[in-house]
Amino acid sequence: MSHPHSQITSLTQLSLKDLSDGLQAGRFSVMEITDAWLARIEKFNPLLNSFITVLADGARTQAQQIDNQIRKGELTHTLAGVPYALKDLFCTDGVLTSCGSKMLHNFVAPYDAHVTTKLKQAGAVLLGKNNMDEFAMGSSNENSAYGVVRNPWNTEYVPGGSSGGGAAAVAARLAPFVLGTDTGGSIRQPASFCGITGIKPTYGRVSRFGMIAFASSLDQAGPMAVSAEDCAIALNVIAGFDERDSTSAQEPVGDYTASLNNSIEGLKIGLPKQFFAAGLDPDVATVIERGVKEFEALGAIIKEIDLPNSHMAVPVYYIIAPAEASSNLSRFDGVRFGHRCDNPKDLRDLYERSRWEGFGEEVKRRIMVGTYALSAGYYDAYYLKAQQVRRLIKQDFVEAFKQVDVIMGPAAPTTAFKIGEKVDDQVAMYLADLYTIPTSLAGLPGMSFPIGFDEHQLPVGMQLIGNYFQEARMLNIAHRYQQTTDWHLRVPAKFA
Amino acid sequence: MSISVDEVKKVAGLARLGIPEERLDEYSTKLNSILGMMEQLSAIDTKGVEPLSNPLDSVQRLREDVVTETNQRDKYQTIAPEVEEGLYLVPKVIE
Repeated sequence: MSHPHSQITSLTQLSLKDLSDGLQAGRFSVMEITDAWLARIEKFNPLLNSFITVLADGARTQAQQIDNQIRKGELTHTLAGVPYALKDLFCTDGVLTSCGSKMLHNFVAPYDAHVTTKLKQAGAVLLGKNNMDEFAMGSSNENSAYGVVRNPWNTEYVPGGSSGGGAAAVAARLAPFVLGTDTGGSIRQPASFCGITGIKPTYGRVSRFGMIAFASSLDQAGPMAVSAEDCAIALNVIAGFDERDSTSAQEPVGDYTASLNNSIEGLKIGLPKQFFAAGLDPDVATVIERGVKEFEALGAIIKEIDLPNSHMAVPVYYIIAPAEASSNLSRFDGVRFGHRCDNPKDLRDLYERSRWEGFGEEVKRRIMVGTYALSAGYYDAYYLKAQQVRRLIKQDFVEAFKQVDVIMGPAAPTTAFKIGEKVDDQVAMYLADLYTIPTSLAGLPGMSFPIGFDEHQLPVGMQLIGNYFQEARMLNIAHRYQQTTDWHLRVPAKFA
Repeated sequence: MSISVDEVKKVAGLARLGIPEERLDEYSTKLNSILGMMEQLSAIDTKGVEPLSNPLDSVQRLREDVVTETNQRDKYQTIAPEVEEGLYLVPKVIE
C-alpha cells in the first residue's frame, strides 16, 4: 500500500518521528507545532473529554524555552520540542494530578514522576493530563469522576480503559504520543478499542516512581502513539533503571529504534488456543485470523500453543489487584492530602467519611474485595491461592517461549462497546481484559497495534506478547507490519 | 463462600469506608457476584506451588543506610487540608 506522507501538510497530521525530524531540520518551530496541537485540542476535546487538564500556558512557556535551547544548540534530543500528554496519574510538579478521582480533585503534585522528569529533560512539551478510569480501575473510562471519554471512531462508544483518555487523544490526533499505564490491560485494551499502537513493557522496565499506585506487583507505564516506531522513540526516553523504584529492573536498555527494520523472516509466532475459544467475538476472530495470515505472508511461521491456566487469569487478577489496591489506597486518609469531609466528629469519622465521599463506586468495591481477600480467615483461600495460580500462569508462558519467539492473539474479546452497556455488570466488564491479564500476571511485555476493523467500522487490535525484556523485537515486528499496511494511519472521519 | 451484610460491615470497618446502612445490602450482593467468579480457582490443584508475589521473582534491593532525602515538609504540607506549625491537624484523639 502507498504511504500518504507526501500529502501530509498539517502539523497535527505529522507523526512523532516526522515532528522530531522537522524540528531538528528547522522546518518549523516548537511554538508553531505547540500552537497547532493546542488549537486541535481546543476544537475537538469537547467532543471526547479526553483531557482533565489542558496546559495551554505551560506548554507555550515550555515551547519558547525549548525553541531558544534548540537555537543555541543546547538541546538536540529526538524528543526536544515534541508535544505529548500524560495520563493523570503521573505526578507533575505544580499541576493537578487527579487520578480521575474526586479524592484527588485538589491534589497539585509537589514533585515529578520519574517519567515526567525524563520527558522534561528531553525537552518534550506537556500539552495536558489525560482522563482515565478512577485510580486506573476500569476498562471503559466510565469510572472517571471527570466524566466518560468518547471513542473517536464512534462517540456513542467507550474508548476502553483505564488509559482511555490518552488512547482517544492519540486516535483523534490531539497528541502525537501519550504515556499510559497498564495493570491488567489498561494500555493494550484502549489501544485496541481506539485503533492505535501501545506497549506495556516488561514489569520493572519503566520506573513507577511518582506514578499513583494501583497494584504494585502489576503496574507498568508505557507509550501509546500512532505507530510502533513512535512508541520506540518514546520508550527510549522512559525505560531504564531508577533507584527510587524498589522493583526497577537493572537490565541494560538498548536503542529500541535500532532494530525496527530487522527481518521477521522465520519468526516463530505462537497462537494460544485459549485466546481463540468461546468468548471471542466471531467478527474480531475473522480480522485477527486475516492478520495472522499477513504475518505468514511476511515470512513468519505460525504454531498453535497451549496456555492451560490462562482461563484462570481473570479471577486471579481480581483477587491480587484489589488486594494490593486496598493496601495502596489506605494512604488516602483525609489528613495529609486529598479530599477531607466537612466537620468530622472524631478521627474515625474523618477517615470513614472522607474515603466514602472521595472514592467512586468501582474503587470502593475493589477496596472491599481486596480487604476481604486479605482479612483473617480468608487470606489462604483467596490471596495465597491466587498467587499460586499466578505462578502456574507464568509457567505456561515460560514453556510456550521454549517453542516460539513471540505470541499473538486478540488484544480484547470484542471491539469497543456502547457507553453504559456494561456499567451494571462488573463481571462482564472484567472480561474485557480476558486476553491482556495473563501477560500482566506473568510480568511479560505486551502490545496492541491496529490490525483492521469489524463490521461496525470499529478498530480491532492485535496483541503481541514477547519474552521478558524483548520490547525491541516486539516493536520491530509491529513496525515491519506497519511498513506494509496502513491501518495505523487511518484517522476517524470526524477528526480527519 | 458468600459475604453477609454483617461481614460487609466488618470489612468496611477494616477498610475505613463509611458505607451507609441502607447501602449494605447492595454491597453484599455486588461483592458476592464478584467473589462467585473467584470460586473457580478452587478447581485448580496448587499443592506444593510456591506463591508468586513478584512476577520476575526478584528480591528487595537494599541500599546504604544513609540519608538521601532532604526535608521538604513545608512544600508537602501546602497541599494538606489542615496544618499548624508543621503539624497535621485532626479531630481531638485524646479526651
